[in-house]
Formats: sequence, C-alpha cells, structure tokens
Amino acid sequence: MSDEANKGLLSPLRRKLLMGMAAVPAITMLPRASFAQAPATSAVNTTGLAVTDTEVTVGILHSATGTMAISETGSIEAEKLAIEQINATGGVLGRKIKFIQEDGASDWPTFAEKAKKLLVNDKVAAIMGCWTSASRKAVLPVMEQYNGMLYYPTFYEGLEQSKNVIYTGQEATQQILAGLNWIAKEKGAKSFFFIGSDYIWPRTSNKIARKHVENVLKGKVVGEEYYALGSTQFNSVINKIKLTKPDVIFTDVVGGSNVAFYKQLKAAGIDLSKQALLTISVTEDEIDGIGGENIAGAYACMKYFQSLDNPNNKTFVPAFKKLWGEKTVIGDVTQAAYLGPWLWKLTVEKAGSFDVDKIATASPGVEFKGAPEGYVRIHENHHLWSKTRVGRAKLDGQFELIYETADLVEPDPFPKGYQ
Amino acid sequence: MVINSRFFNRSELIGFIVLAAVLFVILPLSLDVFRLNLVAKYLTYAFVAIGLVLCWGYGGILSLGQGVFFGLGGYCMAMFLKLEASSVENTKIQSTPGIPDFMDWNQITSLPLFWQPFHSLSFTILAIILVPGLFALIIGTAMFKRRVGGTYFAIITQAVAAILTILIVGQQGYTGGINGMTDLRTLKGWDIRPDHAKVILYFVEVVLLFACIGIAQFIRLTKLGRILVAMREQEDRVRFSGYSVANFKIFAFCMAAIFAAIGGAMFALNVGFMSPSFVGIVPSIEMVIYTAVGGRMSIFGAVWGSILVNFAKTSLSESFPQLWLFGLGALFIAVVLAFPNGLSGIWADYVQPRIDRLFAARKPKPAAWTDDSVADGAPAE
Repeated sequence: MSDEANKGLLSPLRRKLLMGMAAVPAITMLPRASFAQAPATSAVNTTGLAVTDTEVTVGILHSATGTMAISETGSIEAEKLAIEQINATGGVLGRKIKFIQEDGASDWPTFAEKAKKLLVNDKVAAIMGCWTSASRKAVLPVMEQYNGMLYYPTFYEGLEQSKNVIYTGQEATQQILAGLNWIAKEKGAKSFFFIGSDYIWPRTSNKIARKHVENVLKGKVVGEEYYALGSTQFNSVINKIKLTKPDVIFTDVVGGSNVAFYKQLKAAGIDLSKQALLTISVTEDEIDGIGGENIAGAYACMKYFQSLDNPNNKTFVPAFKKLWGEKTVIGDVTQAAYLGPWLWKLTVEKAGSFDVDKIATASPGVEFKGAPEGYVRIHENHHLWSKTRVGRAKLDGQFELIYETADLVEPDPFPKGYQ
Repeated sequence: MVINSRFFNRSELIGFIVLAAVLFVILPLSLDVFRLNLVAKYLTYAFVAIGLVLCWGYGGILSLGQGVFFGLGGYCMAMFLKLEASSVENTKIQSTPGIPDFMDWNQITSLPLFWQPFHSLSFTILAIILVPGLFALIIGTAMFKRRVGGTYFAIITQAVAAILTILIVGQQGYTGGINGMTDLRTLKGWDIRPDHAKVILYFVEVVLLFACIGIAQFIRLTKLGRILVAMREQEDRVRFSGYSVANFKIFAFCMAAIFAAIGGAMFALNVGFMSPSFVGIVPSIEMVIYTAVGGRMSIFGAVWGSILVNFAKTSLSESFPQLWLFGLGALFIAVVLAFPNGLSGIWADYVQPRIDRLFAARKPKPAAWTDDSVADGAPAE
C-alpha cells in the first residue's frame, strides 16, 4: 500500500519532468537534438534491458513458418508497421525502436524457447507476439519468471490475467455476448446450433455462449459439436443442422477447416442469406481462403473490420497496403497486433521508464486514440475496453458493418455466472 | 585407465572421452545457463537416438513412432509436476481448486482416477519406465510374433503415433489437449525453474545419458548384440539356427522405447512443458533424422547428431526466421547424399585413419579388432 502511495507521489513529478524535456526539441526545432535530449538511460532503465541512449530493442515472436504462419503473418506485418510509424514520429522516450524477430514455427515449446531467448539473451524491453492460446500458455510461465512484457493480439477464451501480459484482443465475453444479444433481438433467434474446433478456445467460448443463450436470452441450444483441428469432413453435422433447423448456427471453427465447412454448407444447399450464421472465428484473412462467394451473407462478431469508416482506419488501411502490398487484407487480429507497439509506447511514456514493473502498473488507463478500431483503453485487468461489432460478409471478401455497441464493452476475463 | 579396453575399442574410447569432456566440462564452462538449458533439451533427443541405434542400426527395426514413447515418458513426468503445481493455494482462482487448470476449464470437477497415483514420485518414476516399456511390449508382441516387419512395421508405428496424438488432443479435459501441460514448477518442493536448478538438471541428464550409453554399449558387445546384427542381415538364417527372432526384436524395441521415455521425462523437467507436438508423426521422423545424421551404427554419433541438428535448428531459425526451414532441409539432403553413414561415417573415413596412422607410427602392431567389419556391414532394408 505504502509503495503505491509513493509511486503516486513520484509519477506526476516525473511526468512533468518528461513533458519539459519533450518540449525542448519542439522549441529548438532541431530533430537531431531531440535524441540528445532524451532522458538518461540510467534513469529510464534500471533493470538492465536492451536500452541505449538512441535505441530500444523489442521482440517480435510469431510463427513465420508452419501451419499458423498464414494467420500470424498479418500480425507480424502490423507490428512492423506500427514500429516504423513510431520511429518516424520520434520513437519512444527519444529512442528508436529496434526489433528482433524470432520464429515460433507453429510449435508451442519453440515459442517458450524463443521467448526465453528474447528475454534472457537479448534483454528486450517488450515482446509483441503469440497467436494461439497454446503458444500463449507456453510463453506465460517464461514471461512471469523472467519478468517480461507480452502484448498478445488474439481474441481468446479469457480465464487468464497476468501482470506480464497486455491482451490487445477481446476476451470471450467481449466478443460473444453483444453479438448474441443483437442476433436474438434482430432475428428473433431462439434456437442455436454450436459448431467448433476441438480445443480450449471454442470450448470455453461455447460454454459462455450456452450460458448466455439459456440464462439470459431464454433460448435453446439444439446441438453442440466439435471437430479436430484441421478436420475437413462436416457432412454429418450439416445433416444434423438440416434436421434441427436452428435459428442460428454459431461457429468457432478455426483455420483451414473453415474452407471445407463453408463449401460443404453451400453444397448442401444451406443458403446463408436465409439461414442466419454467426461466426466468431472468420476474419477477412480467413475469407481469403474460403472465398467470398461461399460465405457471403454470414455474420461475424469482431471488434474490427477492414471496411470500418473512421478517420483512423482511413489512414491505417492505405499505410498498411503501401507497406505490404495492395492485395493484403486486414483482419481483426492484425489490427489488434497493430495496437501492441503503440500501447507499449504510450505506456512507457506515461511511466517515464522502460522498466517492466513500472509499465505493468502504469498500463491501466492508458488510452490510444489513434486505434484503427476507434478508441481503446487498457483496463485494470490488462485487457482492452473496446466495442463489439457485427459485420456481414460480402462477395468481395469484405465485411459490411451491421451493428456496433454504443459504448466500449468492459473486459471481464473471469465472468461470473458463465463459469 | 578404468575403462576396460574390451568394453570400448580405441576409436570408441576416443569418442567416449571427447563426448564426456564436451558434455561435462567444455559446455558447462563455456555456455550461459540459457544455452546450457537448450543443450539439455537437445540431449533429451539423444536418448531417443541411442535407442534408435540399437533398434534400427543394429536390429534393423525402423520405428517411425519413437515420439509415442518420448511422449509417454514426458507425460508421466508432466502429470506428476502438474499435480504438484496445482496445489489448492496455487489454484484458488478456479471453480474447483486443487485440480490442474485445464481440467477446470473443461468442467471437470474432481481429479480423474488414473491421475491419482501420480501424486507419488516413486510411482511416477516407475511409470516413466514401465508404461512405455509395456506399451512397446504389446505392440512388439503383436507385430513381431506375426512376423510383421520392415516397411509395414514402420507404417504401423506411424499410425500409433497419429492415434496417440489424436487421443491426447481429443481428451483435453484429461490431458490438456493441444495446449499440453504447461507451467510446471516444482519437483518435491524444489523449484525447477531458476538457473541453478537448470544446471543441476543438466548434469543429472548427462549422467543418465552416459548410463544409457553404457547399457547400449553393453548390449552391443554381448552375444545379444551379435544376434541383433545377424538378424538384421539374414533373419531367416537366425530363425533356422533355432533363435526366437521375435523375442530379440521385441527386446530391442522395448529398450529403445524405455530410452525414449527417459528422454521424454528429462524433457518435461528441463523445459517445464509437455505437449502433443512431441508425440506425433513429424517429431518421430525428426528423431530418426537425428540418428541418421549422426550415423545409425554409432552410439556416439547419435548423440552428436541430436546435438548438432538441434543446434542448427536453433541457430538457423534465430538468424533467418523466414527461411530457416529451407536451410535445414538443404543440410539434411547434403548430409545424406554426401555422407550416407552420417557424422560417424565422416569420422570413420577421414579422422580415424589419421589417428590410426599416428598410433601405428608409434606402435607397429596390427589392429586385432574385427567387430566393426561385421557391425558396419551393408545396410539392411
């Protein structure tokens, strides 16, 4: 307690000092001098991180090879773009960001090994990385043991909270509940059929969705089926759907299985313009593989769509395409990955230090007004306040925004009544 | 010299001394704890590779499912560690405290029966050896008694690896599913995560590795080893001579399984982690590659193969995160094309003759060792 009180006294002082320092280059209008005026390394880095007078090193840890590469490449690209932009506007506390990229190779223990390497060998100030829950679970003990800072971009199942992680994606309730409310109201939906891939995220998401459907919406779940990751045969479940005729098909099938699932759904004569389907696992990236014509009409529940019409997104999308090519698409997770370096920069500047402990305490309340999704703020529990949005898939592979919550939705990784 | 000159011939003795010097002295002195821990991880595969030298190199039984045994050993160890990490105090946040976190996520409310014995360390150690051993015994008996061998056997071991992976992934409430068992912390209250623990675990592992090398070498030198080679070269002749070929094969397969399981258990301890990604087909084939690169006839070669291939994997992926797999692939092709007998072949062809000449110059006496000519005979396929 007394510790916190001390920090409370110290931090405004430090912030004023920093503000004063930041003003110096503005007065002299000499960009070169700005680096010389940066706060002394000994003051902003007391734990021996890789921070010099002109540079600070961060790690990027995603799968560049293996089955997850197709999903994680977008995140790598977004993080590099953010770092480039931050460097172009003066860096962090007057220091340019340098990054070390490591390949997790779609292999969870490799993630743990590389995270350890980044923290122990390279002493990076923060790591932007991980994608699957499995990789995060593998990396988490390493982050906690060596006191690192991880910015994790993927929407995930919740049930986790760590001093050493900032979750820039949505946890399950943030992603699911508003979407279910909307579809129940809009479509008068009463019966739901759940289909998911068989691992922790779909199972937990469906558990939360089931409680919500049964207890809050007073509806019924008429079926719940799971398929192994990579599975491509969905005919039996499609027959069950035809028999039970649910108002809504609710899916969290991931990865390559999606391609088979939507093609077989179409081949079986289920027309998504008549049969409501709500997915929490298909972003623009997946549609690239599925094909717009196979999924047009389906609803997706996310916090970001490439087609969002706001000033931030209008500068973000062209900047992304300029760097990574006209043909790239930007999905929900890619945008969340873009938030990582920015939130870290803002937190470092708020804390006036690169020290992980100070960043962890300074994180709650940090807000990023330039987020392509609009505006985000870090909650006490290290997740983000953000809006839930429902989009409808179009033929061209983009989503059309149908609904968004009026306010930011509070992150709640341990939802009461949904366990 | 303490070591009996009959137990190791001269070239093996040099190999032994070099390996012991590197693992016990040079690496611990020259590497920081992080890198030393990586070497410990590489060495866990060396256990598997030694088993494969016995079973594949000598017995001629190609198993493409060693990941199964590596995984079984690793999971046994991980189950014990996970239970210890899931004490009631550590898991207060769960709806059912005192059970592993992944069970809680899967709505399991009490510890399943088959998990109960893993509260005991002595049971766990027994299980690490017996579970994979018995499993290998069952597979081996079912296959070899029916005279299933060669390619068919390799395919069946692959199927077993695939089945076990699917089973582990599918039963995530009991096994942790695709996430595996993470966040393993203490062994009987002793924290396995800090640096000094990593160093101690490294030396424990190296000692165990040399014990396995000793056992493998012993098997190789006894009559049993000769029969294995004979069986590989001319199975029918051995059978007609009155030997039960199936029993010898089962024995070699079980030994390989037990070695792999010890490696798996050490993996769980050193890395603090176990997941189905070590059980499946791909890791099993990788383990065969380590043996092939090292030289499948050479016990020391297998150890070097495991260390060097994994070292190449780490350093290539650190330097070229996007392209490293191509580099690794090229390395394999180059080694297999240029040196079909692997690293030990390079040693035997290029280094050994020089050493021999050196010794011969001092002591002009013909080498009386003829075992190599039998052991390094034409490869059996």
